[in-house]
Amino acid sequence: MPGPMRGGMPKGKKIENPGKIFKRLMKYVAKSYGPHLVIVGMLIFVSVLANVQGTMFIQKLIDDYITPMLTMDVPDYHPLAMAILRVAGFYAVGVAATYIYNRIMINVTQGVLRNLRDDLFAHMEKLPIKYFDTHAHGDIMSVYTNDTDTIRQMVSQSMPQVFNSAITIVSVLISMVILSVPLTLVTLVMVGVMLAVTKKTAGLSGKYFLQQQQDLGKVNGFIEEMMDGQKVVKVFCHEEENIAKFRELNDSLYHSADKAHYLVNIVGPVNMQLGNVSYVVCAIVGGAMALSGFTGLSLGALASFLTFNKSFNMPINQVSQQFNSIVMAMAGAERIFEMMDETPEADNGYVTLVNVKEQGGRLVESTERTGRWAWRHEHQATGAVDYVELKGDVVFDGVDFGYNDEKIVLHDVKLYAEPGQKIAFVGSTGAGKTTITNLINRFYDIQDGKIRYDGINVNKIKKADLRRSLGIVLQDTHLFTGMVMDNIRYGKLDASDEEVIAAAKLANADGFIRHLPEGYHTVLTGDGANLSQGQRQLLAIARAAIADPPVLILDEATSSIDTRTERIVQDGMDKLMNGRTTFVIAHRLSTVKNSDCIMVLEQGRIIERGTHDQLLEEKGRYYQLYTGNAIAN
Amino acid sequence: MIKTLAAQIKEFKKESVLTPVFMILEVVFETLIPLMMASIIDDGVEAGDMRHIYIVGAFMVASALCGLFCGVMGAKFGARASTGFARNIRQSMFDNIQTFSFSNLDKFSTAGLVTRMTTDVTNIQMAYQMLLRICFRAPINMICAMSMAYLINARLATVYLIAMILLAVVLFFIIRGAMKYFQMAFPKYDELNASVQENVSAIRVVKAYVREEHETSKLKKASQGIYDIFQKAEKNVVLNMPVMQFTVYTCILLICWMGARMIVQNELTTGELMSLMAYCMNILMSLMMVAMIFVMMSMSIASARRISEVLEEKSDLTNPVNPVYDVPNGEIEFRDVDFSYYEDKDKAVLNGINLKIRSGETVGILGGTGSSKTSLVNLISRLYDVSSGTVLVGGRDVREYDMESLRNQVAVVLQKNVLFSGTILENLRWGNADAGEEECKRVCRLACADEFIEKMPDGYNTYIEQGGSNVSGGQKQRLCIARALLKKPKVLILDDSTSAVDTATDAKIRKAFAEEIPDTTKLIIAQRVSSVQHADHIIVMEEGRIDGYGTHEELLANNEIYREVYESQTSGGGDFDEKAGED
Repeated sequence: MPGPMRGGMPKGKKIENPGKIFKRLMKYVAKSYGPHLVIVGMLIFVSVLANVQGTMFIQKLIDDYITPMLTMDVPDYHPLAMAILRVAGFYAVGVAATYIYNRIMINVTQGVLRNLRDDLFAHMEKLPIKYFDTHAHGDIMSVYTNDTDTIRQMVSQSMPQVFNSAITIVSVLISMVILSVPLTLVTLVMVGVMLAVTKKTAGLSGKYFLQQQQDLGKVNGFIEEMMDGQKVVKVFCHEEENIAKFRELNDSLYHSADKAHYLVNIVGPVNMQLGNVSYVVCAIVGGAMALSGFTGLSLGALASFLTFNKSFNMPINQVSQQFNSIVMAMAGAERIFEMMDETPEADNGYVTLVNVKEQGGRLVESTERTGRWAWRHEHQATGAVDYVELKGDVVFDGVDFGYNDEKIVLHDVKLYAEPGQKIAFVGSTGAGKTTITNLINRFYDIQDGKIRYDGINVNKIKKADLRRSLGIVLQDTHLFTGMVMDNIRYGKLDASDEEVIAAAKLANADGFIRHLPEGYHTVLTGDGANLSQGQRQLLAIARAAIADPPVLILDEATSSIDTRTERIVQDGMDKLMNGRTTFVIAHRLSTVKNSDCIMVLEQGRIIERGTHDQLLEEKGRYYQLYTGNAIAN
Repeated sequence: MIKTLAAQIKEFKKESVLTPVFMILEVVFETLIPLMMASIIDDGVEAGDMRHIYIVGAFMVASALCGLFCGVMGAKFGARASTGFARNIRQSMFDNIQTFSFSNLDKFSTAGLVTRMTTDVTNIQMAYQMLLRICFRAPINMICAMSMAYLINARLATVYLIAMILLAVVLFFIIRGAMKYFQMAFPKYDELNASVQENVSAIRVVKAYVREEHETSKLKKASQGIYDIFQKAEKNVVLNMPVMQFTVYTCILLICWMGARMIVQNELTTGELMSLMAYCMNILMSLMMVAMIFVMMSMSIASARRISEVLEEKSDLTNPVNPVYDVPNGEIEFRDVDFSYYEDKDKAVLNGINLKIRSGETVGILGGTGSSKTSLVNLISRLYDVSSGTVLVGGRDVREYDMESLRNQVAVVLQKNVLFSGTILENLRWGNADAGEEECKRVCRLACADEFIEKMPDGYNTYIEQGGSNVSGGQKQRLCIARALLKKPKVLILDDSTSAVDTATDAKIRKAFAEEIPDTTKLIIAQRVSSVQHADHIIVMEEGRIDGYGTHEELLANNEIYREVYESQTSGGGDFDEKAGED
């Protein structure tokens, strides 16, 4: 059974190459479950054969057993009993086969879904930040929910169903041909009519379904927007206008949904009755043939044929019903593969971060945690290995950057941060403050210029090691579902409980955590929805503290903490920043004032730099921002 | 719950009755067909009576056509009844939500309301259609087929009856077993999706801490858990097919054996035997259908419950019987006001508030997060009702006013504000639908929004995307202020509404307020001392109480909290706010 029905359906986009996608999907399934599929195929074959031989037996029942017995004085039931036992034996094998293949299919379906999810997720985690910038999160989610759901439908239902039906169709067709060629032709003509009708209705209903999807999209969009702004609606007494607008959208959805569902609904009854007509036509033609006696069609054969006629129409109906879900699965698979084909974040770095200890005045690599770190630089040409102690020396030299090549957002940025210094960025929204910090940890790659870290070009450093050396507290705090303890421990997975508490104390988060219902064991859900923004930021700071990185990036880390609380946090922050190179983005004076160097950014350029006092003296942009006047005009 | 939902059928009662009627009629015709099939074989083919074959064949085609007609009608009415039902539910939910007060809205989350109105309604629509089209059809089909079987031969039909009962019992246990696991599986499935969602939005944190592998292994574990639990559930379901096959096969063989003997003893005809075989599938398939419906229905119960929760929710604020429509002036008074969001009085967020603000005064409100600043001002336009005490506006209890009139004359610019998709003018006119363009431009000047609007390519006709995503935070705030000003309110409340506006512009807006709308009472909640410093009075809030009240100088002298905040922000503008919008 599927997860709860979700509103999404493939958008009205044509699938590029359904054949190729189908082949790829099959390959994916076969990769882990190839042998399973072969066995399932064989078992389905056995199951269908058992069914068909049963139907064949009904023909024999009348002609070979009942009719002769009718002429006997003392009917001999022995042959019939034997025949029934034989059929029963076949049936038993058939039932067993049905059970086993269904049982195997669970493994295949659930396994394929599990693998798909795992592979998708593992791949997603490797994608560059840019991917997440350019794809709506709702769309990414829909790959995991709606699209994998269409695959589940197809693998668990459509695939065995179509295979089963195909075998049934072929074997029934063969049996029919054996029984009577002319009647088979009559049946096939009727099937042709059925398929034509189905195709026509499917085409029509497809049109309305598309319309319905568009209308549904509009209705859902309106609902989302209005539910989000419901309080504003109340404040402006806009309820009645809203209701009228919604009624309009809701009504057009009703009209298209009504038509679409109507057309889908009639396919079943139409085909069923056409099937009945087919039966009658065959009965009349067959009856005429049997009575004329020329074609050698026996009464039993006709009876059998009519049964086949019925069992021939059924699988055809079933296949046509599966058609829609196969089309949907192809659309789903296309989006899944699209995501799997996204190029992962490139990482050509070879400089790694290792623990070192000093031995005889030289740095020597160590397997234990020594608390001292160094960059292990293996020179590609000579193979010689250098160790450079990690200090937190960051240099930007003529850096240009744009999220795409057309629009450069940072121009010729130069900056030097010496180990232990505090560097602050100020400037208006969109000036490029956050962008600069995103370049240090290589969330994005620069277009021109160089960024050096302890004298090494950051492009040469392995991304994982680079990021491990940087602690970041972001503008938007994100917490994970789980205990408070685990959320802080996220910064250092093997941290002990004591270390976690120490980090919380440092960030002044310990106080409020102890007041939570379960203290450090309180489970946070929905991105820490039950905490205030300020509390969430304190946790994020604690999380960075426990990681104990040599370089810290604080991007508006205290923006949602009110000024009074901030003074308390500040204390912890100062302890945290002590001895580390720190990049601070803030709009609060208190956070920025005591920095070693303040950079004022405007439209992607550093327009002023210096200490607080120097900048005030310059009476430039910083002075204007600081005093809050003079810019008005 | 059922009653609440059933009331939504409204104008689709006719369709809701006709659908099952046509479905049942279709079944009747369908049941006749195997009977006629038998007749064709027995009396036509065997008797060599071609005329009989024609006649019965014609009847059969006629039945098929009638069946087709009924089927198509059933399809038509079924579609109409279910989509119409869904439309009515959606509309009623939306209408009811529009009457919700703030506290009703707090109870349901935004995402919760959206799911209830989308996914849940779709689920119910499908369930309703199934109910109408199959729920009646399948049992009737079973009964008809069974009666026909009894008509043909009671002894053989008894075989079916026994088989049916046995199958029903077995199905019951299978489904019960499976349901248990499915109910465990669905929450897990949702959890998994939630954790993926979490990862998508927190991807920067994941990457910053290099936790890609950690997250992947976490997901793998959860994903394996789902695999295991679904396996357990499906293990039960998977029995359905073979059990069904087993029953059908057993019936066929029994009928063959017994039927053959009866034919030989002349108690049964070959044609009748064939008909009985056809009914066999009919009966047992119908039973299977009933079981399926049962499962599907029980799965949609959760949706039904969630929908009726919204429909049954009553707004906890009501208009007075003889409301007052006119607010005489902008005077505000709080008398012994206590307020709590929950029934529980112990968790009061406002305690013993006494306050008097003269009409036309400018009052600043300052306080730390969670000091109930927002709660205080929300009582003025009656977004919530007080727990005890009275809030008066213009000398009258707010509960005496017509709510719409009160809210039009007491304008609030909410902290979490939203713009809607539409042009800037359309957004502004939320404040006053009849406002002319000049009037709109005037309020934008007041709110210092005119400069950036005029710089936009389409000026006042610039299209705002959903949620205002194409304007910056500061621009959004200024548009929201302009929108509220268009109401020409007697009281204007700004709830931290200039936090993203730079200090200079903030000052300019305040200056415009003082000069252009001197008679409007202005309440300004702010984090920055500079935003409230020049107000006539300043209220300092602390833990749901008024900690200090007075002018800037008085508070600086007497109030410790105020002094502390002031000092921490030092001289001048303490912030490097985003000088929003100008770039």
